[in-house]
Amino acid sequence: MIYDSFCSEDTFELGKRIGEEATEGSVYTLVGDLGVGKTVFTQGLAAGLGITEAVNSPTFTIVQVYDEGRLPFYHFDVYRIGDSEEMYEVGYEEYVYGDGVSLIEWANLIEDILPTHYTSVLIEKDLDRGFDYRRITIEEI
Amino acid sequence: MEQDVVILAIESSCDETAASVVRNGREVLSNVISSQIDIHTLYGGVVPEIASRKHTERIDQVVMEALKEAKMTWDDITAIAVTYGPGLVGALLVGVSYAKALAWALHKPLIGVHHIEGHISANYIENTELEPPFMCLVVSGGHSHLVKVADYGKYEILGRTRDDAAGEAFDKVARVIGLGYPGGPKIDKVSYEGNPSAIDFPRPKFADNEYDFSFSGLKSAVLNYLNQLQMKGEDYNQADVAASFQQAVVDVLVGHSMKALDQYGFKKFAIAGGVASNSHLRTAMEEACAKRGVEFFRPSPIFCTDNAAMIGVAAYYEYIAGLRSDWDLNAVPNLKLGER
Repeated sequence: MIYDSFCSEDTFELGKRIGEEATEGSVYTLVGDLGVGKTVFTQGLAAGLGITEAVNSPTFTIVQVYDEGRLPFYHFDVYRIGDSEEMYEVGYEEYVYGDGVSLIEWANLIEDILPTHYTSVLIEKDLDRGFDYRRITIEEI
Repeated sequence: MEQDVVILAIESSCDETAASVVRNGREVLSNVISSQIDIHTLYGGVVPEIASRKHTERIDQVVMEALKEAKMTWDDITAIAVTYGPGLVGALLVGVSYAKALAWALHKPLIGVHHIEGHISANYIENTELEPPFMCLVVSGGHSHLVKVADYGKYEILGRTRDDAAGEAFDKVARVIGLGYPGGPKIDKVSYEGNPSAIDFPRPKFADNEYDFSFSGLKSAVLNYLNQLQMKGEDYNQADVAASFQQAVVDVLVGHSMKALDQYGFKKFAIAGGVASNSHLRTAMEEACAKRGVEFFRPSPIFCTDNAAMIGVAAYYEYIAGLRSDWDLNAVPNLKLGER
């Protein structure tokens, strides 16, 4: 499915809808360049799960865990991972194969250890359609 | 005569493997930092696995060096302190395990310290007259907090970032304008050649908490600006972009801090964390505080960066308050300030 987003509010709303529909054990991968709105999408998804606290960038700790929503939420940012094996150090498997909802930013960097089934979210700019336009492609893998 | 309290402190939450010996909370006898910044320059950021492996390789040497520089023996040490969060779990575990083993073998008390509490406490080292209560802004690669320091070990967070930390924004913007890592010092330097009002970048505010920060949108605004020029086939001025971006960050940090000072009426204000080394931020804070008749404190750059001396200082105040950690002390990667 391809979605058109014309502003960050659209991106947030799409994330929120997905968060509302997310079920136990769902894994979302999130790929897109710096500044396309990955943070906004993630904040939307967290809001859809009923999380009210701020969803910070996990660049520093690789994973942040949020327990206050209707399902646990595991937010990964693997931008700084050099090798997939390093993910075991942060407890990757426990989270991704656990009962919560996982979202992995820059998941393309750890493709070899992604689960068999997940939902892929790709956010891209298309400058021909304006600076704020984002094409969001969501696919079941 | 009262006996000296001498703390051996260890810090390994992120890039740096550090150890320090601190006497009576304010006197730093040694401060050894083994930086991994050269390795990380290759990757443009912190690489967690490399981080923990290097900590393991270096910690022994760093601790011994700290003890030697302080001219102390194990018998002189009153307690062992260590950062147990927040940070990278693998990196934290190296320090925590080492400190636990050391304390157990030497029969010394163990004190787990919050990394941010350490940064705040760094201000006590060179400003021996500084005592709570005061207001503190902690800004680094992983944190942006505006904190009321009610007393030693008593904190109230007024504002925090809702997305990226201030230092992270510096790193990311530096990367996109081709300055590289570490972004903070590079932007600080090149900004002296740029015009801080060349580009009007956003200074986001929140209606529901006026003290919260957001730096992700600012980073996106910089990217949009670069894209726009690119589409028009124009080149950008690196120094102007750096200076204007930095000005937006400084304005927000100063604005929020001064609003909090006005509202809560504190007479003392301190900054801490890696971004507190930024020369433009220091000058702007100093001027804004002077205007209000508020006393301004800041650590030297060596105590702004991650170091163990600040952990030793924070641990001293926990020690005299009777706080000790158990042998089940663990690394807590997302430890909140004020929690134990």
